[in-house]
Amino acid sequence: MAFRRPRGVLDPVRDRVGVLERRVLGDNPSPIAERVFNRALSAVVIGVLAALIFTPIYGVDVAALLAWLVFVVLYVPPWEEVPRAGRFIRPAIALTLAVTYPLYWSDMFTIPIFGPFPDVATGVKMLIFAMMAIGLNIVVGYAGLLDLGYVAFYAIGSYTAAWFASVQFANQDVHFGAVGIGPEVPGFHISIWILLALAGIFTSIIGVIIGLPTLRLRGDYLAIVTLAFGEIMPQIARNGDNFFGTGFNLTNGPNGITPIDSPGFGHTLHEATGGFLPDNYATALNSDNAFFWTALLLVLFTIFCSIRLRDSRLGRAWIAIREDETAAAAMGVPLMRTKTWAYAAGAFFGGIAGAYYASFKQSTFPGDFFVNISVLILVMVILGGMGNIWGVIVGALFLEYLDAEGLANTGAWLNTNLGFDIEVPKYEFGIFGVILLVVMLVRPQGLIPSARRKAEFEEGVSDQPLYDTTH
Amino acid sequence: MVTEARRPPVPLLRSRPSSTAIGGFALVGLVIVWLIFQFAGNKSDFVEIFLIGITTGAIYALVALGYTLVYGILELINFAHGDVFMLGGMMSATVAATVFGLTSGQSGIVVWFSVLGTLVIAMLFCGVLNTSIELIAYRPLRGAPRLAPLITAIGMSFILQNVGLAWKGPNFIEVVDVLPNSNVFDIAGVTYKWDKLIVVIITVPVLVLLVWLVERTRQGKAMRATAQDMDAAAMMGINVNRTISFTFMIAGCLAGAAGLLYALYVTNIRYDQGFQLGLIAFTAAVLGGIGNLPGAVLGAVLIGLIQSFNEGLTAVHVLGMRIPGPPGGDWTQSIVFGILILIMVFRPEGLLGERTPEGG
Repeated sequence: MAFRRPRGVLDPVRDRVGVLERRVLGDNPSPIAERVFNRALSAVVIGVLAALIFTPIYGVDVAALLAWLVFVVLYVPPWEEVPRAGRFIRPAIALTLAVTYPLYWSDMFTIPIFGPFPDVATGVKMLIFAMMAIGLNIVVGYAGLLDLGYVAFYAIGSYTAAWFASVQFANQDVHFGAVGIGPEVPGFHISIWILLALAGIFTSIIGVIIGLPTLRLRGDYLAIVTLAFGEIMPQIARNGDNFFGTGFNLTNGPNGITPIDSPGFGHTLHEATGGFLPDNYATALNSDNAFFWTALLLVLFTIFCSIRLRDSRLGRAWIAIREDETAAAAMGVPLMRTKTWAYAAGAFFGGIAGAYYASFKQSTFPGDFFVNISVLILVMVILGGMGNIWGVIVGALFLEYLDAEGLANTGAWLNTNLGFDIEVPKYEFGIFGVILLVVMLVRPQGLIPSARRKAEFEEGVSDQPLYDTTH
Repeated sequence: MVTEARRPPVPLLRSRPSSTAIGGFALVGLVIVWLIFQFAGNKSDFVEIFLIGITTGAIYALVALGYTLVYGILELINFAHGDVFMLGGMMSATVAATVFGLTSGQSGIVVWFSVLGTLVIAMLFCGVLNTSIELIAYRPLRGAPRLAPLITAIGMSFILQNVGLAWKGPNFIEVVDVLPNSNVFDIAGVTYKWDKLIVVIITVPVLVLLVWLVERTRQGKAMRATAQDMDAAAMMGINVNRTISFTFMIAGCLAGAAGLLYALYVTNIRYDQGFQLGLIAFTAAVLGGIGNLPGAVLGAVLIGLIQSFNEGLTAVHVLGMRIPGPPGGDWTQSIVFGILILIMVFRPEGLLGERTPEGG
């Protein structure tokens, strides 16, 4: 049975737009002209609406106008039709905006309701969560395996960084490339750059270990098993300061592990590059900027890997499994191996993100890894559009912004301007729940869907026999 | 036309690895031996902890049945069910204190009628709530990919948690303590108090009623038919949507009863307890064999016993040997969810369930 979308309230408007379009473009427009027309129309509508609503309140704002123009330049022209370089133009513009963000964010305008633009530290968090969301997207979006315990991978990555870059194991004394740590400090102190790779590899090994027994299960059974892993993980972290009375302190319990060393390039490289590479991120002049640009590099790396994986033989096998497991098995796709690879790849990026986040926060606590965070990352993937990497990034940036700053700002605006007295950030997860519900009901393919996923939701796929046929 | 020769039924070959079975039985055997030693070490404590486990299990059973009913008919894990239970507990606490004006320590006949009245209100409230959840979050997605309603279920669960948070705030709320605290019996150092017995007294008739409803009535037959094959049931003239709504109604009523019992027995409740307890109850349903009513009760009692043994027992000395205690309350959730994972992986049909092509 196909999944039919109910006729929305906007459909009469769409009919009117169709009439207008025929008047402007003639009866038989080319598809490109049609696309440009639609985009220009929506850009103009957004601009005019924003101007009508907000100019009376805030006055004319040049920065806001500029932002709108950038949006128009990015969105309206058919960049993708430019031969050869076409598909790189939009990412290049977006990347330029992102790289220069720490330089201009403080001069930006105040967004109506949402308040000022997020600061650079929030930007770092947004990028780290974007990385996790891309990782989860490999598991949920490409391979179609609902993972409700992704936070476990994030936790393992964080604790890997914490074990090998802090004074946690004080009876050890191993130093290798750590910056800003004197030789007299006990404990493991390995360079964060090495630990990022190590955390990724270690986490993906754990992902394989968790995946091997569980991936035989059907969709919803898998979801519940991963949820169970996600529930067990913070408990191990919380009780890990004294395992069953043996006195072995693995995680330092509820007190967490802190401080964790910062990344850095050391004094030699700092001098050799004329101060371009900071010797120690934590003490660098603009510490947040250094973290921001490094996080951006990590996100670019994740995007690159994710796209290459998606287009590889393995990625096509994932999508085949997502669409019809039985057919994929019949075509010779090895189900277990392919799914386990999806788990390992997703876990890899979760681990790196976790390690980097721990180093950025300089701490890790059991309370960071509650099941809420798994759901938050899942909401990012679903809101953006499962399977579409750009959608997932947009979803992650937006939701983590809400999580870190946006909800507090919005709440303050509501309370002062509409006379409410609600502590909005307290209801964060209720709001995310509403987002989940509304997205699944109204636009299940997400804000920016991949064409393939959209087709699945509109035509329906036969996903009844989600069962391992080799069993 | 060639008629097929009558053949003896082919025994179903179970391709389960025997090493797994041996390992599983060895593990269970080890636990049983350990329990016997524990019993020998401190008899009266052991029996008392056992009785606590039965009481906890009775409450879990009511919640687990809700999961099993819904899973049986829609093959959907209703994540919001635990939060319906939590709201039922909050509703009971409010109604008992404000509508019936109960106060802690009160006793007498008026308490009994008030508790019964609260039970009815809580059950109705949760039933209606659960039915509306189905209407809003699951029915529009009937034909969508399988994971879609699962995701809305998670969303719904978070919404309900926040409703509880907005209603009662972030802290534990006190519930009136009206269940009588006198002893039912006190034999050889084992005391059994009325509040525990009442939980069982209320649970058992509800279970009997439920089994009667599903097994004997016309509506129950419709539920079973819908669970087997929705399209075929619709062709036989069963109103599938109404049957599903009815199932959610029943599941919600059970959650409401469980919420009342939990609130009165534990005497405090918090907005985020539903999700955790719901997962534990779901584990119970899976342990017994999801979709199987007696299985859910069996699983719930087992989980209740595991929990109370884990939290109550300590190291004892028997015959000069030191028998170690369990890991303790810090690890209860890990143990329960570890059981969930093991059951899911090695025996997804549960203890009483049957392996079906799609049920595993």
